Amino acid sequence: MAETKSHIGTQNKKGQTYTDAWQMMHEAPRNPSFYTGSEVIKEALRRASCDVMIAYPITPQSEAAALIGELFAEGYIGDYFRGESEFAVMSQCAGAAFGGARVFTTTAGPGTMRAMENFPMWAGARLPIQMIVTCRGINSPLSIQPDTIEISYLLNTGMLVWHAETAQDFFDWILKGFMVSEEPEVHLPLALCCDGFFVTHTKDVVNLTPADMCLPPYDPYRSPVPCMDMECPPVRMMRDPFIMKSNYISYATHASWQQEIWAAIERSRKHTIKWINGLIDTENTDAEVVIVASGTAVSQGREAIRLLEDEGVRCGLIKVKSLRPWPGEEIREATKNAKHIFVPEFNVTGWLAKEIKATIPNSERVHAGPHVCGGMTMPPEIIVSEIKTALGLRSESLAGRGS
Amino acid sequence: MSKERIKISPDLYDIMPSDYQDLVQSATYGKEDRGWKDIGTSKELIEQHSLCAGCPESMAFRYILASLPNPEDTVMVGSTGCTSLVFPMVAVHNIHSLFGNQNAIASGLKRALSVRFPDRVKDVVVLAGDGATVDIGLDMTLQAWFRQEKFTTICFDNELYANTGGQESGLMQKGFVAKMAPVGKLFDKVRLPEIARESGCHYVVNCTVSKPSLVEKVIRNSVLIAREIGPTYIQLYTPCILEIGKNSMEGLQEMRDSEKPTERFAYKEYVSEPAKQFLAELAAKDKERKAAAKQLAGKA
Repeated sequence: MAETKSHIGTQNKKGQTYTDAWQMMHEAPRNPSFYTGSEVIKEALRRASCDVMIAYPITPQSEAAALIGELFAEGYIGDYFRGESEFAVMSQCAGAAFGGARVFTTTAGPGTMRAMENFPMWAGARLPIQMIVTCRGINSPLSIQPDTIEISYLLNTGMLVWHAETAQDFFDWILKGFMVSEEPEVHLPLALCCDGFFVTHTKDVVNLTPADMCLPPYDPYRSPVPCMDMECPPVRMMRDPFIMKSNYISYATHASWQQEIWAAIERSRKHTIKWINGLIDTENTDAEVVIVASGTAVSQGREAIRLLEDEGVRCGLIKVKSLRPWPGEEIREATKNAKHIFVPEFNVTGWLAKEIKATIPNSERVHAGPHVCGGMTMPPEIIVSEIKTALGLRSESLAGRGS
Repeated sequence: MSKERIKISPDLYDIMPSDYQDLVQSATYGKEDRGWKDIGTSKELIEQHSLCAGCPESMAFRYILASLPNPEDTVMVGSTGCTSLVFPMVAVHNIHSLFGNQNAIASGLKRALSVRFPDRVKDVVVLAGDGATVDIGLDMTLQAWFRQEKFTTICFDNELYANTGGQESGLMQKGFVAKMAPVGKLFDKVRLPEIARESGCHYVVNCTVSKPSLVEKVIRNSVLIAREIGPTYIQLYTPCILEIGKNSMEGLQEMRDSEKPTERFAYKEYVSEPAKQFLAELAAKDKERKAAAKQLAGKA
């Protein structure tokens, strides 16, 4: 087996210093920069010591995958190429991860759906691939607009799923995400989601870590399953292939394997809490009215709270950062004082509200909505209106809503 | 990997399974000129298999594993089907992930191994059935060739979906009556060897596995050319004796009948110009090495 040694303090071929990840993310100076979300993804990858990135153009896609190609041309990424479809790309990512590489890719919307067969396989094979999901609509008629419905399909794949609100979240969580998913007791893929367009195509000030620092390289020999590089003995994995057997041992093996994936998600909890500072953020949760949201719905919720304050309605906010692991205990605690819980979402099905209802006591407190979908924006006013209507307060009618 | 790596601690030797002990004692990892003749005198890189008695796939597996030029640094990629019943018993690292994505997996794998081991040889060999290669996975099979990915694709062509009970496949002969082809297959056997050539493969062979020495030559060439030049494709007839109504002892004869000059598995080979040059250089080096060995033996 290749030597497992610390690279901290040494330099890569681009002259970046491999830096302790905690020090790099929490202690190193930050440089404010004005970037689009896609450029932020590129800047995070510059510092991620990524071995292989595989791209596909149309999902619809952010420009991040192409920008990372520029990083490859500059020598920051080990290898990079364009695959032929999202299904193929996710399999190519799997192949690279089986071979012991730190792997990164991006997808969105219909592309996520097309690639879906790969995700439970990634988790089952314990491949710590990081996939950025810049959420878009998946419906017919064809849409390229933001819509977060695809996240609901990812929740039961065995992947870790985080939902970033801002470009700053994105920058930090890409780098921190590798640290969580590569923990030997976790070793699972991460779907790092953001709301497409709203985060990827808009510019924001993001505090970047120094460009001459990068994450320590991935060590595939810390994996809980053997790396497929013929550097460790090719042990016989099983006496009979389980797939074709219908017997107790086959059932028991598959059941325990699947349970282990979900146990690994549970074990990721403490690492996720440590790296992204809790699975949720809360503000004023002693209020009787609370908004629970993820992604950019949090930003809109925050604006709505400001408008409500002007009208004398006090409202708390819960920002859900991690969806897998699911912050059940945290949400129960943070909503214990709430009489009304509003869950604004950028999708029509309201998957986040359903998750919350399944988590807390007295779930009739949950008002699922407002919902926008198919690329509609969510003006804070419609959140205000939803809350005031539910509270029996007089609400000004909003143009175009028919209210 | 060196053979050193699989050595067993003396304290644990007696509790290791006998097949592993045999592997350490007499497997041919690292042996130059390994080949089918090692079968019977050394530990093969395949333990038991759960294929049907007399299945030609099992012969193919044994010859291929005996012929890999560098098994100690070879990773194989399989797909779903009868081959996936065998891979758990194979003593080289192998990957099964989904059905039909084998050439995509191999593309990523080969790239990763090249990044991680820039100064070492790491061969990647895909081995999948005809459904995986030609039907559900055709896109990824071809795209890997277009991209000139440096690995070998081996297709076990049994001309149907054997593992799921004998349904029509693209490599099935026209007119054959099978499940999902209730009135006989309506279109010709897909001509993948020709497509492989046009798609950029540097070495393409279509044959049966009736002759182990031929399989050895073909596999060795295909792995070495893929390593140095670009993609290679080997299509091997491994008839499903069960589905074509043959007995266990009749697989070999079926292959012999199908490789006659006018039959569909008559030996066909395509070698690109760079591959021809490479093979000529290889042969010259081999000749030189043998002459030197002879000279050395004469002196002794």
